[in-house]
Amino acid sequence: MNFTQWLLAFSGLGLVLLGLLFIAALMVYGERRILALLQDRLGPNRAGPFGLLQPVADFLKLLTKEHFVPPFADRNIYIIAPIIVPFTALLSFVVVPVSDDWWLADLNIALLFILALSSLRVYGIMLGGWASNSKYPLFGGLRSAAQMISYELPMSLALMGVVILSGSFSLVDIVAAQELPFIIFQPIGFMIFLVCGIAETNRLPFDLPEAENELASGYNTEYGDIKFAFYYLGEYIGVLLIAALIAVLFLGGWHGPWLPGVFWFMLKTLVLIFLFFWLRTSLPRLRYDQLMNSGWKLLLPAALINLLGTALLGLFWMEG
Amino acid sequence: MTDGEMVLISQLESRFNAVSSELPCDGVTTLSVLPERITETLKFLKHEATPQFEMLFDLSAIDETKRNGGLTVFYQLLSLSGNADLRIKVNLPAEDPVLPSICTIWNAANWYERELYDMFGIHVDDHPNLQRILMPEYWEGHPLRKEHPNRATEMPPYQLPEARYREIMESYRAEDYHEPANIAEEMTLNIGPTHPGTHGLLRLVVRLEGEEIRDVRPDIGFHHRGAEKMAERQTFHSYIPYTDRIDYLSGVQNELPYLLAVEQLAGITVPQRAQVIRVMLCELFRISSHLVWLASYSHDLGALAPPFYAFRDREYLFDVIELITGGRMHPAFFRIGGVAMDLPEGWHEALQDFLKRMPAAIDEYQALLTSNPIMRLRTRGIGVLTTAQAIDWGFSGPNLRACGFAWDLRKCRPYSGYEQYDFEVPTAIEGDSLARAEVRLEEIRQSLYIVEQAMQNMPGGPVLSDQARYAFARKEATLQDIETLIHHFITVGRGMAFPPGESLFITEAPKGMNGYFVVSNGTEHPYRLRIRTPSFPHMQALASLATGHFLADLIAILGSIDYVLADIDR
Repeated sequence: MNFTQWLLAFSGLGLVLLGLLFIAALMVYGERRILALLQDRLGPNRAGPFGLLQPVADFLKLLTKEHFVPPFADRNIYIIAPIIVPFTALLSFVVVPVSDDWWLADLNIALLFILALSSLRVYGIMLGGWASNSKYPLFGGLRSAAQMISYELPMSLALMGVVILSGSFSLVDIVAAQELPFIIFQPIGFMIFLVCGIAETNRLPFDLPEAENELASGYNTEYGDIKFAFYYLGEYIGVLLIAALIAVLFLGGWHGPWLPGVFWFMLKTLVLIFLFFWLRTSLPRLRYDQLMNSGWKLLLPAALINLLGTALLGLFWMEG
Repeated sequence: MTDGEMVLISQLESRFNAVSSELPCDGVTTLSVLPERITETLKFLKHEATPQFEMLFDLSAIDETKRNGGLTVFYQLLSLSGNADLRIKVNLPAEDPVLPSICTIWNAANWYERELYDMFGIHVDDHPNLQRILMPEYWEGHPLRKEHPNRATEMPPYQLPEARYREIMESYRAEDYHEPANIAEEMTLNIGPTHPGTHGLLRLVVRLEGEEIRDVRPDIGFHHRGAEKMAERQTFHSYIPYTDRIDYLSGVQNELPYLLAVEQLAGITVPQRAQVIRVMLCELFRISSHLVWLASYSHDLGALAPPFYAFRDREYLFDVIELITGGRMHPAFFRIGGVAMDLPEGWHEALQDFLKRMPAAIDEYQALLTSNPIMRLRTRGIGVLTTAQAIDWGFSGPNLRACGFAWDLRKCRPYSGYEQYDFEVPTAIEGDSLARAEVRLEEIRQSLYIVEQAMQNMPGGPVLSDQARYAFARKEATLQDIETLIHHFITVGRGMAFPPGESLFITEAPKGMNGYFVVSNGTEHPYRLRIRTPSFPHMQALASLATGHFLADLIAILGSIDYVLADIDR
């Protein structure tokens, strides 16, 4: 690659990064307003028109806070851990195609790449809890590890159905293969991935590592200032990622009549994000052993059966 | 006095040398026993007597140094099977008083005996953990003794040198609080005093193995304001607003037992209309209290929307309460002999609107709380207590009724005209957190039903007794004739002097049996006022409810017993 190509690649990357951060900030605002709407109250409406500048105010507040590391914490890991969470989520977007001619990279192992990064993501939470060297964060970190083990497996297996149907790990190929969205052929896989996706983002009803009523604030109890903002940001980019992935893998990505592909992709993603918000306000939290039970005893067998069924389908019907 | 009571008294007199004293004005049989015979007497009363006195309702003392000398400890027993009360008194010397422990007879005695030690300096022999309970460990003196200063201004200025402060903070280290853990995997977690799951200042020292709870020790007293001591320097009338703040979520529900006890002391009759207004407001506050429980409980379990819905409906309720009383949470609306004001114009319509809105709201709560699969998963089989255990721990209210025991004082000992209302006493049999939640939701419906009946059958007439000696004179009358004006000067300026005697009244508050025991010396001030709150014994049973469950369940149990810290600490 020559210099111009490098420059293009990096400026593209920078634009995507900025765009994603902007969207994440909007999501924070959007979630607070939507939750407020669902809960019969107003939500933030003071900073700027309709409170739109609220995320800016929040960010500035956290940015200008004292950078504090508790004396009992494991300093280096304590500082690195919160960076891992948004980093892995942002990196995953490299392979997400927005429309039929708009993506950063078309890896032939895109799905594996995303799964690998999502496994890495949990280190951010686990290490944060561990490095805080305090009891509540420790519980939060342990819970997130237990949670990861329980949902990673069914999640990966649920995705294999999509891979069988499309015959590729590349997200671009997967979307291209969806003349009809895969949710029609993979309803069980879709449900499993949705549930695991919520668990992956640590949101209600699966926000066990945070569980403020039991663990004060769980893994991020000892975090303040911009380090906390990183966790916060990571959570929302995570939600965006899962929503985008569901749209790409099961809902046909950019496919849709009349309107441009970008619009359809964004619409599907937005609907899914709203679903995330809605679930958060409606459902109480599971206990961590109940989550693990459902992961191992319900989701895993279901994912295996789904995979077997899809494989048989692919073997006899599609090939024939 | 019935024949059964006569038999019981003669049994106690012959077997335990008990001395029966004159029947107090509350009609509770009272006997004195020597300290060395108290254990066997109480054992007999719990297991062999007819009727059996299954519940230790209250245990406290009266410092008699300003009248007869010495200390009087009283055991207030309650027979649920026979619906009877019994008060056993023990006289102790003021210097170095010693009392045998009855923790082996009633589990519930544990905290009450610690309170005896804390407040009166009575040393309880063989007590498993005789430490201060409400006051801090480093407090000097025993507050409910008469020689202890009443106000801070009577004491030297409070000083806390740095070294002493460090020492005190060090004493709160959780590791020292417990015996050293005998299993290497165990860990001590300090929940509170400030924690999102404790609903106030409550410290729980939890011993965990993984996330499984081995032991919980509640550390209470952070909300102690000395309400009982304060009563001793207030007049009977001016103490009313203080009661509001005992269980600060149920406002007039605290005023009622206090005033009924005081009215019983002086033999005051309350006019019909005032009684119905009282019942109506009490039931409104029961709804209000249950709504806050619903909000905090669903929040405890992680649901974000129900708290807002419940608080929204509570605001509508407060609008009605504000219209009627002028206050919201603490209206101080009841008066000796009635209520402060007649109902305002438009109360009927406002209340009607509220009653119309609520049934649909309760259906919504049911859908979000007790019918939600995750909620059921989280609460079913969690924190189970059998009826016998619950009675032994001194449980009452919805917590007892969730164990399948339909004990409701509004039904079995109707007061303030509750016998005229038609309502059900909701019960459940499982005795777990879900059962407690279901019982409370149903109680909101029943309370709405009672309010509706009160509203429709509101009688006319005065709202304050005309017994001029104890009740305030009507303002209009004081402007007309000199006789009432003189009464007005005396009752307002100096306070009304109440006849000597002791009077206990127990009502069914939202959280359980709420008892006020008023001891009068014939002056304008109570000589001693004992407040028995339902939350105190409920919190005491936490360890037996939560041991063996997970950390997340601890919060689910804590929320389900519906306590208020101010109600525990007084």
